[in-house]
Amino acid sequence: MPKKSLLARNNDLANTQHQLEILSNGIFKDELPTFANKIKESNQFPLRPKKLEILQINLGYMCNQVCAHCHVDAGPDRKEIMTIETMNQCLDVIKKTEAHTLDLTGGAPEMNPNFRWFVEEASKAGIKDFIVRSNLTIIRANKKYYDLPEFFKKHNVHVVSSMPHWTRGKTDKQRGDGVFDKSIKALQMLNEVGYGVEGTNLKLDLVYNPSGAFLPGDQQGLENDFKKALKEDFNIDFNSLFAITNLPISRFLDYLIASENYEDYMYALVEAYNPMAVENVMCTNTISVSWDGWLYDCDFNQMLNLKVNAKVKHISEYNEEILQNRNIIINQHCYGCTAGAGSSCQGVVA
Amino acid sequence: MSKTYYDPADLRKFGKITEWSEELGNKFFDYYGKVFEEGALSAREKSLIALAVAHTEQCPYCIDAYTKDGLQRGITKEEMMEAVHVGAAIKSGATLVHGVQMMNKVNKLEM
Repeated sequence: MPKKSLLARNNDLANTQHQLEILSNGIFKDELPTFANKIKESNQFPLRPKKLEILQINLGYMCNQVCAHCHVDAGPDRKEIMTIETMNQCLDVIKKTEAHTLDLTGGAPEMNPNFRWFVEEASKAGIKDFIVRSNLTIIRANKKYYDLPEFFKKHNVHVVSSMPHWTRGKTDKQRGDGVFDKSIKALQMLNEVGYGVEGTNLKLDLVYNPSGAFLPGDQQGLENDFKKALKEDFNIDFNSLFAITNLPISRFLDYLIASENYEDYMYALVEAYNPMAVENVMCTNTISVSWDGWLYDCDFNQMLNLKVNAKVKHISEYNEEILQNRNIIINQHCYGCTAGAGSSCQGVVA
Repeated sequence: MSKTYYDPADLRKFGKITEWSEELGNKFFDYYGKVFEEGALSAREKSLIALAVAHTEQCPYCIDAYTKDGLQRGITKEEMMEAVHVGAAIKSGATLVHGVQMMNKVNKLEM
């Protein structure tokens, strides 16, 4: 279980170029097809955006947890935080975007000192679905966060939270000692104010990431198991479960290589390739904004520092029409979003 | 030629058995897929049965495949180990129950 980010450990994989070299060589030189060649087989190359639906904004890489699989390489030692100036540029875009969903993520977005102000301002734009991705433990990390469930409720925020398993052992192994108990407490606090409870319109969804070198199983089956176990053991309710595949980048790539699972995992992703999932892969309906305002096709491209292939690359010069005419940047990590039933920040796509 | 009889990479090639007998291979995989669908038993229950049988058959490919399948379904290691014990109990029980045959024979032959 890492205690620090790859960056703080001076790990080679903190260099995104090094990650891309690994993903572009080795088994993809002569054994497995590159993602570009794979989507060419079904005439889906180049990958192009469809109607913009989701604006995903990363408020910073700082987090109170150091999860073993984190594709952001987030942690307490990461100091990248969105400034008020960039937030204001984001608000200008939020007011005029055609996207129906605003998705705030991090790190732990709540750790940005201007998080509450930004949520208050953004909620005024009247966007249909306003998501905050909360790691749950932040709600229990410090007294100043205890009222977050009430704050979320006040602004009708849709809470999406990570929960790798309904057992303590599997959860703590992926996310750190004590995370399971704090997460359970936080879920109960969210339930208390009405989140995830039948009859309220306060949505609480959970995100499941496999806690190892394997793909997620059937989303509906997992949701049923989670609902049953969390209800029986802790009287917890939630709305839906999103099963998300771990993409082979950043700390999860580090784990795959260190545990000698990298090649088998990539084979599994390529074997599970589903052209139907390509149709609805999230980069086709999302723009991802980094803490410093750069624009990306998705959160994963952001973490690989692959900025959008368009004339406008920064939130300060945002132009939806120009962005919608770009080609999406792909690499072998994209197999993670097209395996099986597909994977996106909203779960399966096919 | 491989120096060992089992190579983990061969599991990936399982689908290739259809190349030398397409009709029978396809029929097998259709049947196999159908067996593991949700039915009177859940796919989760079937996965645990497959894991137990994989052990009694001592098939390394099957053990790898159904351990991974179990993890994908959120099955815990405690559940997996209990399934293996079920297989082991039947396997050892099957050995021991033949002891009755031995006892019968002894009783028949001895004065």
